[in-house]
Amino acid sequence: MAATPALQVLTANRLRDGDVVYWRNGAWVDHFRDADLFDSKASADAALAAAQAFVKGRVVVNPYLFGVRNEAGRLRAIEEREIVRSQGPSIRRDLGKQVMDSFDVQI
Amino acid sequence: MYRYDEFDAQFVKERVAQFRYQVERRLAGELTEDEFKPLRLMNGLYLQLHAYMLRVAVPYGTLSGKQLRMLAHIARKYDKGYGHFTTRTNIQFNWIKLVDVPDILADLASVEMHCIQTSGNCIRNVTADQFAGATDEEIEDPRPLSEIIRQWSSLHPEFVFLARKFKIAVGATEKDRAALLFHDMAVQIVKNAEGRTGYKVYAGGGMGRTPYIAQVMREFVEREDILAYLEAVLRVYNQDSRRDNIHKQRIKILVNAVGIEEMRKRADREFVEIKANGTLQLPQEELDRIAAYFAPPAFEVLSNEEPTSLDPTFKNWLSQNVSKHRAPGYAIATISLKPIGGVPGDATAEQMDALAELLDEYGMAEIRVSHEQNLVLPHARKKDLPAIYKKLKALHLATPNAGLVTDIIACPGLDYCDLANARSIPIAQDIARRFENLDRQHDIGELKIKISGCVNACGHHHAGHIGILGVDKKGVEYYQLQLGGSGAEDASIGDIMGPGFTAHDIGPAVERVVDTYVKLRHNGERFLDTYRRVGMEPFKNMAYLEQMYAAH
Repeated sequence: MAATPALQVLTANRLRDGDVVYWRNGAWVDHFRDADLFDSKASADAALAAAQAFVKGRVVVNPYLFGVRNEAGRLRAIEEREIVRSQGPSIRRDLGKQVMDSFDVQI
Repeated sequence: MYRYDEFDAQFVKERVAQFRYQVERRLAGELTEDEFKPLRLMNGLYLQLHAYMLRVAVPYGTLSGKQLRMLAHIARKYDKGYGHFTTRTNIQFNWIKLVDVPDILADLASVEMHCIQTSGNCIRNVTADQFAGATDEEIEDPRPLSEIIRQWSSLHPEFVFLARKFKIAVGATEKDRAALLFHDMAVQIVKNAEGRTGYKVYAGGGMGRTPYIAQVMREFVEREDILAYLEAVLRVYNQDSRRDNIHKQRIKILVNAVGIEEMRKRADREFVEIKANGTLQLPQEELDRIAAYFAPPAFEVLSNEEPTSLDPTFKNWLSQNVSKHRAPGYAIATISLKPIGGVPGDATAEQMDALAELLDEYGMAEIRVSHEQNLVLPHARKKDLPAIYKKLKALHLATPNAGLVTDIIACPGLDYCDLANARSIPIAQDIARRFENLDRQHDIGELKIKISGCVNACGHHHAGHIGILGVDKKGVEYYQLQLGGSGAEDASIGDIMGPGFTAHDIGPAVERVVDTYVKLRHNGERFLDTYRRVGMEPFKNMAYLEQMYAAH
């Protein structure tokens, strides 16, 4: 089994429209840049457990954690899949979340 | 075109009402996601990376202008202004909201469309030759039988819980434009030694993780027996398929595990029993009744003269995208959805509306979707072709590349798809740009590049003359090259070349492979022919050349 990444973010899709959302302080936000960053397994797992209430409450489906890394002062998802989810299709820069802002997060 | 009868209309209407209620119950918390998922999949609704994706069935790839307009309307009202035509000849919308889906299904039903049999472990939407009813090569139009199979399969009580999805295609020519041999089951309309028309049935083909080419189950099935025989094969599959292992659930695994002889025996036993019951005989009158819906338009008596135009680019399009029609003065025109640097298979709402207008203006009742993700005007008057071309050109729909190296099949890949491991579309775009020069494309000739973003092979990479499979290596996209596949009548599965290339290196590697072909080919040889003659080695040596230099 792969080791748990050092830094994680919690994500899900909103039930009503399927939009990608991120966990922040006990609620869901639209952008990766606003997401809570978990630097311990315990805090990440606690958030994931808390997210189950939103599954039951029909707000989101399929919450899960994904790994991010600090790349020259910017946070980036480790997997390409999460980069695409947080931005939109790479071949349509006019669509998806990338239209509102850039994906990279300055820290 | 097929028109719904009362039963069809009621069935689709009821399904809309059922799904509306199911969505309400899901939103009210009466259904969990686990309970709801199979219900939404029964209506073609997936949850992808950015949103829900709705897959709309285009049975046997045939659309009327009215239906095309409705697809444009849906793209505009409920999506982001475009749709994606797939290798199953369906159309997918990428940005759908769950709450809108009941209204979308109602809109679709108003033009006799739906999303039934586009997902889940059922007999899927039947596909057919996109030149059906128009080509002079066919024995008869394969769509009436496709529709009969649709009617037999839609609500078949025995086959609503298959181990896995089941795909059927129907063709009626020697030339296979529908990738018949890569289907779970395929029917080829043939004539026997006495000149009687009947059906050759294949089973056990498929792509995915374990690709197989379909084998002949029966050389000749009489017309009235076809449903009985298809049912017999399905019964064997339904009873004997492995339900314990998701990678072994398709009929291709069963056929290859027990052997074709044993499959034939098992199917024959069922066939005898079904025939004895006499319930599944297909009377000629019924076949005729359905065939009448697909009657060709009343062809005018026209000059068969080749059209001319002052536009010098028209000639390229005419020679590459226009095919011979059965009626003098008519032609089959392929509308390429592969503009250089575009997204293979995508069409905007404006393009769909404009095409519907084009159909009306030139007296054409229908348009077709091909598994190669293009559209086809099956019955265009030759004399109208210059004007049609001019309009297509203005719509960016006149790329003269049908069957050429830039006519690339690509699945949505990691740009949209939840299952994908790697992106497909940017790779297709990069390759198309490399070969943009039309003279070079013509010099290369027929070359089918097919790209999938995961092993599920929606992009038919196993059947590509050059196939590309995207894989994930620790979160980074890599691309494996396969050579020598074919989805045509000379079907073959591509051979894997070796280690994968990065997204940056795959385009140049493909270019070196194509250049190697150009150097090695004999007169008149296609890429595929040269590969079959010389094998992998010379291509492999050249493909990895740069990397070898880099390594030393």
